[in-house]
Amino acid sequence: MDMVNIKINGIEVSVPQGSTILEAARYAGIEIPTLCYLKKINAIGACRICVVEVKGARSLVAACVYPVNEGMEVFTNTPAVRSSRKMTLELILSNHDKKCLSCVRSGSCELQKLCNDYGVDETKFEGAVTPSEIDDSAAHLVRNNKKCILCRRCVAACREQYVSVIGANARGFDTNIGCSFEKKLAEVPCISCGQCIVACPTGALTEKDQIDEVFAAIADPKKYVVVHTAPSIRVTLGESFGMPIGTNVEGKMVAALRRLGFDKVFDTDFGADLTIMEEANEFLDRVKNGGTLPMITSCSPGWVKFAEIYYPEFIPNLSTCKSPQQMEGATIKTWYAQKNGIDPKDIVCVSIMPCTAKKFEVKRDDQSAAGVPDVDIALTTRELARMIERAGINFQLLPDEKFDSILGDSTGAGVIFGSSGGVMEAALRTAADVLEGKDLENVDYHEVRGMDDVKEATYHIGGMDVNVAVCSGLSNVAKLLDAVKAGEKNYHFIEIMCCPGGCINGGGQPIQPASVRNFVDVKGLRSKAIYEADANMPIRKSHQSPAIKVVYDEFFGEPGSHKAHECLHTSYVAREKY
Amino acid sequence: MQKRISTLPFNGTAEQKSRLDAVIAEHKSQRGAVMPVLQAAQEIYGYLPIEVQEMIAEGLGVSLEEVYGVSTFYSQFALSPKGKYNISVCLGTACYVKGSGDLLDKLVEELKIQPEECTSDGMFSLTACRCIGACGLAPVLTVNDDVYGRLVPKDIPGIIAKYRQ
Repeated sequence: MDMVNIKINGIEVSVPQGSTILEAARYAGIEIPTLCYLKKINAIGACRICVVEVKGARSLVAACVYPVNEGMEVFTNTPAVRSSRKMTLELILSNHDKKCLSCVRSGSCELQKLCNDYGVDETKFEGAVTPSEIDDSAAHLVRNNKKCILCRRCVAACREQYVSVIGANARGFDTNIGCSFEKKLAEVPCISCGQCIVACPTGALTEKDQIDEVFAAIADPKKYVVVHTAPSIRVTLGESFGMPIGTNVEGKMVAALRRLGFDKVFDTDFGADLTIMEEANEFLDRVKNGGTLPMITSCSPGWVKFAEIYYPEFIPNLSTCKSPQQMEGATIKTWYAQKNGIDPKDIVCVSIMPCTAKKFEVKRDDQSAAGVPDVDIALTTRELARMIERAGINFQLLPDEKFDSILGDSTGAGVIFGSSGGVMEAALRTAADVLEGKDLENVDYHEVRGMDDVKEATYHIGGMDVNVAVCSGLSNVAKLLDAVKAGEKNYHFIEIMCCPGGCINGGGQPIQPASVRNFVDVKGLRSKAIYEADANMPIRKSHQSPAIKVVYDEFFGEPGSHKAHECLHTSYVAREKY
Repeated sequence: MQKRISTLPFNGTAEQKSRLDAVIAEHKSQRGAVMPVLQAAQEIYGYLPIEVQEMIAEGLGVSLEEVYGVSTFYSQFALSPKGKYNISVCLGTACYVKGSGDLLDKLVEELKIQPEECTSDGMFSLTACRCIGACGLAPVLTVNDDVYGRLVPKDIPGIIAKYRQ
């Protein structure tokens, strides 16, 4: 790699050619603040917070997009730089509601931190503000443009997710981020992924908070309140309490949920194991009986909604299996309710999800096995963290506790659902055993792991070559589906996750600021923790789970049975784009 | 000023659509095609309602919001149709100090539409324009190519009546 030598604040540093000043400064151990810049997503040099002095340059330059060259001298902390940044912040605040006290992003807001760092007087410029109204029309998200700084990170994230339903409208002082023809978010083809929320540096975009509903249910003596947590929550929740990225806090998480007062603490990983039983069976059935191939996974509600709106021709390819969230809920409200003599109407099923689209999924049609919704309230990881804070639970000091049996019992195959490639690998572990008719020793399918946009492999199982693909991030998905449609790619089975990297990077996960996202492999660290959890499990194949055997013996019969179809499968509808 | 979005029914013809389709086909693989296609569409339809913008988005393979974003950024793009008679009130400095704001208010009251809107019968549309260089006649308005100067609000109903016939 060609290197160039530059000086930053007098420190000599050698950096790869093509680096920006922002990246070069990192090598020299110097941090430059950013607002609009988000690595690989948004590099527009618009907010002017990252300005620095470059010797010989006519004016301050934006470090996030300015490439270094040999002999360059950069100064990041001069009076001119500090004064420019301060003025920029004061101007941003002049069109901002400055209501930090109750803002859910207080403490994790990038604007708030910078204002604090630069000692910005929040009342310096008073005057007109751009008029805006709160948009809370969608099931999953609230937009408050009074907190928007027009950095366009959400717009870029939405474009990365292919759908581009939000953008900058109007011009000058009227510029606002919104939807076409001033429509509300619920009226445009948004797929509810929430990547805009995790990209937002302020509180302009937040998940639709449902904490109060959950606290109310817990306080209601007539309600039996059950919670279950998605695979990835255990490796991300700790971040909300200052723990390093990739810390597995499963035990403390379970303890916290018990202390919050849930009657039972179950694990969506059980639902994931159940999904594998049904999905592997469905796949083998499609292969044997000439069903529609490639079969495509249906665990990710953002992807399912995307298919329904943008690629309805692939609806027959979607597995009819409900997602693990819904299977877990359906099992709780049917088998568990029956066994324990509880009226399903009295059960409030809460799920903790890495995902904002899950808030949409719980409201979908054909998701009520017991005649009531399978899951009542889907909370994000962030909402759970806020519940724990509000309840005065000191997370770090909690002991490690175990999930309640048996809907909290699971396998390594269940936990890897949290990372891109996990559903495929879990399905292969079971399908291979079934096709080969024995307990295969190998459970590791390394080809489908990792954070690449698309992963492909061919496995020779049971006398046939099975072509699989794993894809995450909807721009990648669109390309893959176009190739399948054009006949350029020939797969039997495809795993698709809406969010880049899978659920570990979901729109409901703890928000890492750009200062971390730009330099740390957040997805990779979280994913590593998922596969470590898998490796440590005594059972790593779904069909070997004793809990799974119990529910099939007592209730569902066998995978793909009439009962299983009633409770664990669903249907899809093509949706209008306009 | 935020643009007003037409609430009038869309009356595009098959002939207009085939002209737009030809423009879209011509620009399809080009980067930054949205702006020239919007310009052509405005020439074809006179304005850019949602129906037209959807055709452009679908035809160019971009999202509707991308098209809408461009159409609201540039002041030359209109989201509302022009009437048979377009009444344009000069809000340039000279006209404004001579009371053209009151003329505009009176027109809003009489026509029951806001600036940048069109009456539901398609007869009149209203715009507020910059200086048209007739400051000696201030305050001034135009109805298509006819110029009316030295006006007071009570002249307005008479002017409208003249074109209503």
